[in-house]
Amino acid sequence: MATVTGALPRVLRRPTSYTGWWSWVTTVDHKRIGVLYGFTAFAFLLVGGIEALTIRTQLAGSESALVSPELYNQLFTMHALTMIFLAVMPLSAAFFNLIIPLQIGARDVAFPRLNALSYWIFLFGGLLLNAGWLVGNSPDAGWFAYANLTSKTFSPERGLDFYALGLLVLGTSSMAAAFNFVVTILNMRAPGMTLMRMPVFTWMTLVTSFLLITAFPVITVGLIELAFDRLFGTNFFVTAKGANPLLWQHLFWVFGHPEVYILILPAMGIVSEVLPTFARKPLFGYPFVVLSGVSIGFMGWAVWSHHMFTVGLGPVANATFALTTMVIAVPTGVKIFNWIATLWGGSLSLKTPLLFALGFIVLFIIGGLSGVSHSSPPADSQQQDTYYIVAHLHYVLFGGSIFGLFAGIYYWFPKFSGRLLHEGLGKLNFWLMFIGMNLTFGPMHWLGLDGMPRRIYSYPAGMGWDFWNLMSTAGSYMLGIGFLAFAWNFVSSLRKGEKATSDPWDGRTLEWSIASPPPIYNFATIPTVHGRDAFWAQKYLETPGHQPRGVPSGGADGDGDGAHGQGAGHLGVHMPGLSYFPIIVALGLALAAVGLLTHVAVIALGVLIMLFGIYGWTFEPAEPDE
Amino acid sequence: MHVTAPGHAAPLETSTGLDHRKLLMWAFLGSDCLFFGSLIATYLLYRGKSITGPYPHEVFNIPYTSVSAFVLLTSSLTMVLALAAIQRGDQRGLKAWLLATALLGGVFLGGQYFEFTTFIREGLTLRANLFGSTFFTLTGFHGAHVTVGVIILLSLFVTALRGRLPRERHLNVELAGLYWHFVDVVWIVIFTVVYLVEAPNIVGAG
Repeated sequence: MATVTGALPRVLRRPTSYTGWWSWVTTVDHKRIGVLYGFTAFAFLLVGGIEALTIRTQLAGSESALVSPELYNQLFTMHALTMIFLAVMPLSAAFFNLIIPLQIGARDVAFPRLNALSYWIFLFGGLLLNAGWLVGNSPDAGWFAYANLTSKTFSPERGLDFYALGLLVLGTSSMAAAFNFVVTILNMRAPGMTLMRMPVFTWMTLVTSFLLITAFPVITVGLIELAFDRLFGTNFFVTAKGANPLLWQHLFWVFGHPEVYILILPAMGIVSEVLPTFARKPLFGYPFVVLSGVSIGFMGWAVWSHHMFTVGLGPVANATFALTTMVIAVPTGVKIFNWIATLWGGSLSLKTPLLFALGFIVLFIIGGLSGVSHSSPPADSQQQDTYYIVAHLHYVLFGGSIFGLFAGIYYWFPKFSGRLLHEGLGKLNFWLMFIGMNLTFGPMHWLGLDGMPRRIYSYPAGMGWDFWNLMSTAGSYMLGIGFLAFAWNFVSSLRKGEKATSDPWDGRTLEWSIASPPPIYNFATIPTVHGRDAFWAQKYLETPGHQPRGVPSGGADGDGDGAHGQGAGHLGVHMPGLSYFPIIVALGLALAAVGLLTHVAVIALGVLIMLFGIYGWTFEPAEPDE
Repeated sequence: MHVTAPGHAAPLETSTGLDHRKLLMWAFLGSDCLFFGSLIATYLLYRGKSITGPYPHEVFNIPYTSVSAFVLLTSSLTMVLALAAIQRGDQRGLKAWLLATALLGGVFLGGQYFEFTTFIREGLTLRANLFGSTFFTLTGFHGAHVTVGVIILLSLFVTALRGRLPRERHLNVELAGLYWHFVDVVWIVIFTVVYLVEAPNIVGAG
């Protein structure tokens, strides 16, 4: 094979340095890409947080004039887009990258360069989506951007072009990553790891990836139609030409509701890992947790019109979608009962990861219950477009997704840094966020039921909304301080935190069987799996005397003695080589998108760069030559 | 489904037994179904809803497009022959059938170019009406898929010409084939939905 590939044309000399700036640009290591995803997502999270604080400051009192109505529209639109597409989804992607190969006993993902490509496209897409701030016209039609407010007639500024093209680019990134994880999880499991032995986080990643590759093509078509209408004068959403603007709402929510599960399922997976570890019990009802996750994935496709109850689709459609929406609460409830049963009778170790996981359960129950309350169309007609909805969605997205992701950060930080996050600061971080979150979003329930509409930049005095809005704003600042506490904890622990062993929490899954931080090839010997909770079984069931058995790690604390598995012999430890081409292809794609807004020459340049990158990529062997 | 040819290049074991790239291609094609599904749904929603002409029955030349559809479907046959050739180590056959497939694809694209320019001359543009917007977007994205397929086929052909597509790399041809057949199947759906099913467009003229 090497003789064949060696003769192929080489356009660029292969990068070889594994240290320094360039090694991060050319890396194809899933752990490094995970780190890049994590830091970039956190940076965008701070941007979205600043937007949120500006919104809350504006709403702290009635008739405030801190921001103009135009800027306010851009702020709430960009806050939603940033948090969904640039913070929560890439934070989940960071965990997919960091954890999945380790949990399934693999050395990397199936397509390491494609993985790097996903990250670079995400970065450029995020910048493109935010480019509106530079020209003073960010998207301002809400994250759902209903037609035909988005038409050139009603939104002549550039903002919605950044929306359509930014999301198109970001969608490419999400789909590329999802294809990679579908193949990785299905194809690269260690010997013996059948589907029903996979850790729950791996399962939820698989379901999420399938949702991504099926839901994103739908919004891609919607965004193409929107972009064509705005750039080329097509008529997809032009009512004067006979178009039906409801088309957009259907395309958007057919994507938009699976998207909700794309945001929450990874967090559910993380919580399903954290609870058994810190309760020191296996997950209660593993098959039910897995199958409820899978059924959520399927049923998530049958509920989209509950976002459109007030549109007037008629009693049959409304009744149908009300029923499917009520039914989808069942598998979610199944999960919650299983989590509680996992805790029941466990010897709980109340470390920060468990606190965040418990916070997740409490807040997600509240958000779930308010969600069920608007599955009923008559009730929903009352709640639609009020702060009650804002309260609901933040309980599931902040209280759910963010708390789950934070549980994951505290849980897995030692695996990748070799140090523990500080417990005291962690608890401070948790309580600031838990109390801050309830203070911010709790009052929105009654503000909404009292009739306060969403997306208003100001409200008159004398509505009785001043006090609870002020409380909500105070809560949001508390949240901000909570994030600062986290950032401080992260930076200081990274530098001088307590050293972590390879298995600081007495973990159950394979990632804890190798050194912290893991060596570049993860597993010196590919493990053989005999059941669920593979590492727990190795430690306590396969070795008598409850003595943790060392596993050859090849890393910093390679204390292993037990040789098991025979994978390394015929696989060898050949790691994929570094590559320039992912970032080149991503750059070309982003340039082509920018060209659509500027000049056709820029499109041509972008396409040329992309073709150059693809050809170089195709003829570059995956492994560096020896 | 999985053809294990003698002397497979990378005998890397996978959990499913399917090659990574093949699984990736299947996942991609599944995803692409949703993409074309949404475009076709848009076309169907707006079928017969154009307020002004030109209407489909005024521009369509069914016999012409049928020939072009026949050409594209024939290319699926030559694609199968190309794969069969590389699997039995017939390099000459491989090159001939790869080139034939790419040429048939090229003829289809030429036909589409001629059709598009004719329609535009007759007043049907992207902007003209709902029919124009949906028709050109749907068939245009299909044409883009065919174009990518032709580029892949020509790249394989050049690789084979230079003697770098030996028998053990038959998977490269097989993957290109999966993609190519998918694009053909999609055309069967588009051709039926767009051209063959009579659109009630005269009603829309009111």
